[in-house]
Amino acid sequence: MAATTTPLLSVQDLRVRFSTDEGIADAVDGVSFEVREGETLAVVGESGSGKSVSSLAVMGLVPRPPGEVVGGRVLFRGRDGDVRDLLRLPPRALRRIRGDEIAMVFQEPMSSLNPVYTLGEQIAETVRLHQGKERRAALRVAGEMLALLGIPDPDARLSAYPHQISGGMAQRVMIAMALACRPRLLIADEPSTALDVTIQAQVLDLIARMKREIGMAVLFITHHLGVVAEIADRVAVMYAGRVVEQAPTAALFATPRMPYTQGLLRSVPRLSTGCAAPARLEAIPGEAPSPFRQPAGCSFAPRCAHALPGTCDAAVPAMEACSTDHAVRCARWRALAGVPA
Amino acid sequence: MTDVLLEVEGLRKTFPVRRGPFGRGGGAVRAVDGVSFAIGRGEILGLVGESGSGKTTVGRTVLRALAPDAGRIVFDGTDIAGLDAAGLRPFRRRMQLVFQDPFSALNPRLTIEQALAEPLLIHRLAPTRAARQERVAALLAMVGLPAAAMQRFPHAFSGGQRQRIGIARALACEPDFIVADEPVSALDVSIQAQVVNLLADLRERLGLTLLFIAHDLAVVEYIADRIAVMYLGHIVEIAESRALCRRPLHPYTAALLSAVPVPDPAAPRRRIVLEGDMPSPANPPSGCPFRTRCRHALPACADARPVLREVAPGRFSACIRDDIVPSEAPEERRRD
Repeated sequence: MAATTTPLLSVQDLRVRFSTDEGIADAVDGVSFEVREGETLAVVGESGSGKSVSSLAVMGLVPRPPGEVVGGRVLFRGRDGDVRDLLRLPPRALRRIRGDEIAMVFQEPMSSLNPVYTLGEQIAETVRLHQGKERRAALRVAGEMLALLGIPDPDARLSAYPHQISGGMAQRVMIAMALACRPRLLIADEPSTALDVTIQAQVLDLIARMKREIGMAVLFITHHLGVVAEIADRVAVMYAGRVVEQAPTAALFATPRMPYTQGLLRSVPRLSTGCAAPARLEAIPGEAPSPFRQPAGCSFAPRCAHALPGTCDAAVPAMEACSTDHAVRCARWRALAGVPA
Repeated sequence: MTDVLLEVEGLRKTFPVRRGPFGRGGGAVRAVDGVSFAIGRGEILGLVGESGSGKTTVGRTVLRALAPDAGRIVFDGTDIAGLDAAGLRPFRRRMQLVFQDPFSALNPRLTIEQALAEPLLIHRLAPTRAARQERVAALLAMVGLPAAAMQRFPHAFSGGQRQRIGIARALACEPDFIVADEPVSALDVSIQAQVVNLLADLRERLGLTLLFIAHDLAVVEYIADRIAVMYLGHIVEIAESRALCRRPLHPYTAALLSAVPVPDPAAPRRRIVLEGDMPSPANPPSGCPFRTRCRHALPACADARPVLREVAPGRFSACIRDDIVPSEAPEERRRD
């Protein structure tokens, strides 16, 4: 989709720190990305990369203590056209935006639903809160939402309780709740991870369809590169608290520049569809660094086959543009890509 | 198959369920409802299915961690389905399990040495502490961990390292057969590849026979020689891995394969979207278990349960529709 001049969401140099008995961890260490109007940005990373904490920080939901947002800006352009820094908004004003203009869907749908209220009451609550509709009108919106999501027999579902539905259905109800106020941005944190593949396919199709119908933007947090390839317009790859590569989806899969991205793509098992028999999986040696003991330079250097002592372990490389809309955090990307400096 | 290590025939396992707060009106969940397969010596059989398909119950039952309701489990020539605890003892050493969650599978109060020495003590495989330490060090080396890991406790290790320890423990008493139940599902992609490669290497080196249970078809295709697909307590298809993934014969296998997200934005997307959820195993449909979600279903599919039969050499499918090739002509899927 066409990019407008100011992005819908612009996260700039975000820093989140966790203070625990084990020490201080910079879980998010200067993260910047933007989500443009109507696009899907996937933030992909492995556990501990900081992808979920980044999305929680955007919503002002970092648990405090032990967490604390220690720096950065989260600029969101509202329906009224004003750009606000969500990190500096008073809690009341943030609550007005959250659930209305920005909505969220989490990984565990069952633990996000209240077991003692019907599904209808829970979806309608959002509508009553943000749109000031009375109970019956709000329930009608909830029913319309379920019908829009293609849920069979929506009226019966409204009076059902969470324990009466499956995990896949629960995730669809969460999506209905998130979309009831027609948000401009949906933050989806691993929404399909706990689901079986055939149900995951239904949920991904649903999010893509709703994105078209409502015209919203999606910030999609996932660890699954297959899911990224299916739904994202652009991708930000995170590693050890930092964004290490950012690119349009096609460019990222075709010409990954960061050795970590390259390694990640090679370690994903793929179904053999063509004639080539799948070779051995190429694993990335070693493990991600502990957030309490980050290496001095590039955080991927200890696992990187291309790491150069004196260069890669000296300083954290800066994010550098390597082509249009494609940026990478690697001191050696030019040498590795055969591009003259 | 010339040299069969494990042969399972007509395996059934039901679990009683209580309905309502006062335990009235109890029914039964037919978790495994007449499953038959065989695993050759040195072979890796992948067992694939979604949650509730009964794959884990099959794994636990063939190890006799659960007692089957019916059926035969012939391990190396002996039917162990009806054996009591004493009768099973000689088989316990030869069959081991690798768990899904490496965090809860290890006792947090035991050092790695204690955890790995336990099976050696139980089966009296190493008489002295020095012999046990030597064996534990060898096991750790086998899974790519330093001998110094012995003195440490599980919390000091990452998920990938703990899964290596779990594999080392399963190998401690030199088993012939290992059931690995979702051994890599809890791991990150880059670590998952390390553990899959490790299992493949160990199979080569030790001649292990594996039942590899997983929900991720792409992982299973990498490691397994043959794949069995389960749905609602039944095996619906068995075939050699590549053949099954390239040209599935059962409509459920085709739908499952088409739902796997492909890590390639340029790949053509042909997805068969299944409507609804898997029926409850407490109340399965008559006839073919998949017919309620199958787009090829005919009225006849409700009449009798289709048998798993050999439709081509080495290819077994439980579907009465011989006239269709389910992998062809699925609807084109729209891309944004």
